[in-house]
Amino acid sequence: MNGDPTLERIAQGEGLALCAAGPWTARFAPVLERMVADAEKLRGTRPDIFIDVSQVSKLDTFGAWLIERLRRSLSHGGAEAMIAGLSENYSSLVDEVRRVKEAPEVETSSVSLTAMLDQIGRVVVGIGGTIIGLVDMLGAVLAASGHVLIRPRSFRLTSTIHHLEQVCWRAVPIVVLITFLIGCIISQQGIFHFRRFGADIFVVDMLGVLVLREIGVLLVAIMVAGRSGSAYTAELGSMKMREEIDALRTMGFDPIEVLVLPRMLALVLALPILAFLGAMAALYGGGLVAWLYGGVDPEAFLLRLRDAISIDHFIVGLVKAPVMAAVIGIVACVEGLAVQGSAESLGQHTTSSVVKGIFFVIVMDGVFAIFFASIGM
Amino acid sequence: MEVQPISDAIIRVRDITVQFGRTRVLDGLDLDVKRGEILGFVGPSGAGKSVLTRTIIGLVPKVSGRIEVFGVDLDAASAGERRRVERRWGVLFQQGALFSSLTVRQNIQFPVREYLKVSQRLLDEIMVAKLVMVGLKPEVADRYPSELSGGMIKRVALARALALDPELVFLDEPTSGLDPIGAGEFDELVRTLQRTLGLTVFMVTHDLDSLYTACDRIAVLGNGKIIAAGSIADMQASQHPWLRQYFHGKRARAVIG
Repeated sequence: MNGDPTLERIAQGEGLALCAAGPWTARFAPVLERMVADAEKLRGTRPDIFIDVSQVSKLDTFGAWLIERLRRSLSHGGAEAMIAGLSENYSSLVDEVRRVKEAPEVETSSVSLTAMLDQIGRVVVGIGGTIIGLVDMLGAVLAASGHVLIRPRSFRLTSTIHHLEQVCWRAVPIVVLITFLIGCIISQQGIFHFRRFGADIFVVDMLGVLVLREIGVLLVAIMVAGRSGSAYTAELGSMKMREEIDALRTMGFDPIEVLVLPRMLALVLALPILAFLGAMAALYGGGLVAWLYGGVDPEAFLLRLRDAISIDHFIVGLVKAPVMAAVIGIVACVEGLAVQGSAESLGQHTTSSVVKGIFFVIVMDGVFAIFFASIGM
Repeated sequence: MEVQPISDAIIRVRDITVQFGRTRVLDGLDLDVKRGEILGFVGPSGAGKSVLTRTIIGLVPKVSGRIEVFGVDLDAASAGERRRVERRWGVLFQQGALFSSLTVRQNIQFPVREYLKVSQRLLDEIMVAKLVMVGLKPEVADRYPSELSGGMIKRVALARALALDPELVFLDEPTSGLDPIGAGEFDELVRTLQRTLGLTVFMVTHDLDSLYTACDRIAVLGNGKIIAAGSIADMQASQHPWLRQYFHGKRARAVIG
């Protein structure tokens, strides 16, 4: 009985019998579908068509549905095609698929000019929504901080320390390594180009100002946005998906105070520390390259560095760090809490957390540059 | 208690040991599941019911022992043989485990699309047939899992487990989280499907109603072994303390009436 399923046509006087045989199961669905499609063309050719299934050795939903589909397409006018020879075992299965109506259509989104304009409009409105969301979160975090200041016992020290370890201590190796390499590259490029003017020693000025004022903090902020901002979004997002945040709320806790504030605080403390370490590593790397590649010995490097930079440069760099940390933290938490039910949504919000975080960090850096230029620092 | 070997067993588990760190969860466990039966699998919380299920379907590594499904030794099987076995079973996870970024329609069609080259029309029709079978309206087809209620998620997950018309389904606590009426309907549904499709069902459950109405045979897990296996009458007659408490406790009396 095994082998391939068949559907034979046997003429019986005026009528026609379609004899199904063999296994009508999911495995053979592609073959079955073709056979049934062929047989469907017989519709209306004979006055009396019936389907004989007595030789079917095995039947499952696929087979039962295809027989039912064949029966429906062969029925026309008042003449119902019949199914004959159905064994007791399978009759309930056929009854089951008989309840199936046509499948609902998939809603397809049409691509048109209006749809595109519509999309652009939504994105623009969405930008406004993003800004409001960020301001909203800033307010919520400040309110929660105020609450904690009034009742210091509600402050979550353990959680803050835990996050501090995650975002600061564990980030040190990678931050130091990358800034060290960047310092090396800046120094090497500087020496390479300045040498043509015989101005090798000015590489120290460039390195000092660049690293302490801009690159140190900016680079570290971008790394932190990628490393910790994404982690915050993913953590909060999966907590949102599993209703953990709703659970907190129903127990009378403020999720901002319990989840967001410790994370924000950890980040605000971590970024200046990392920026400082990063700047030192970059200076060290730059100095090393200047010595080995440019022949500027360490003593001359330090002397020149002392002349080239003032404490102002250092302060300008470090003042930016906590503000950038706050921006990264707020963006990450807003995105995390905006995650909807699906894994896809979690991915989208994590991406957008990093993208927006880096964007706002660079915007903030520009704003600071204008500010410090106008106050003459 | 000795497990009687059954000749036409669809699942044959022999001397399985599973260990997490230093805790031994399953300790030399033997179990047979007969073709065409609904086996209810009970035991105290944390006894390792889900672990056994996951070990059989290959998600948890075992320390020792032998598992045969459809007569194929899963350790000795090649990757291709394993895939052929996997195609013949369906699994309903405790939380449904629907793909959250796919609609109900795509969730149910996913295994079919991967394994069979059939037209989109047939895919849609089969999807509706499965939805009707598990008692859902075709209108839910384009919803995402996050837009479904708990009971609907269970039903869609069952529809997905049944998508390829498997011969064997594993149900991990199918009625947990459903209201009594929904749970009763679910039991009825499992019974109907078993009759119509000739399914073998391996059901981990805590639901006494399910045991009484849906299951042909019951196996009880305790201390990493099967402590009893047999009909509901055997269970009630058993003198094992946990079984006595389970089947003669307050809740059990309420069920028996």
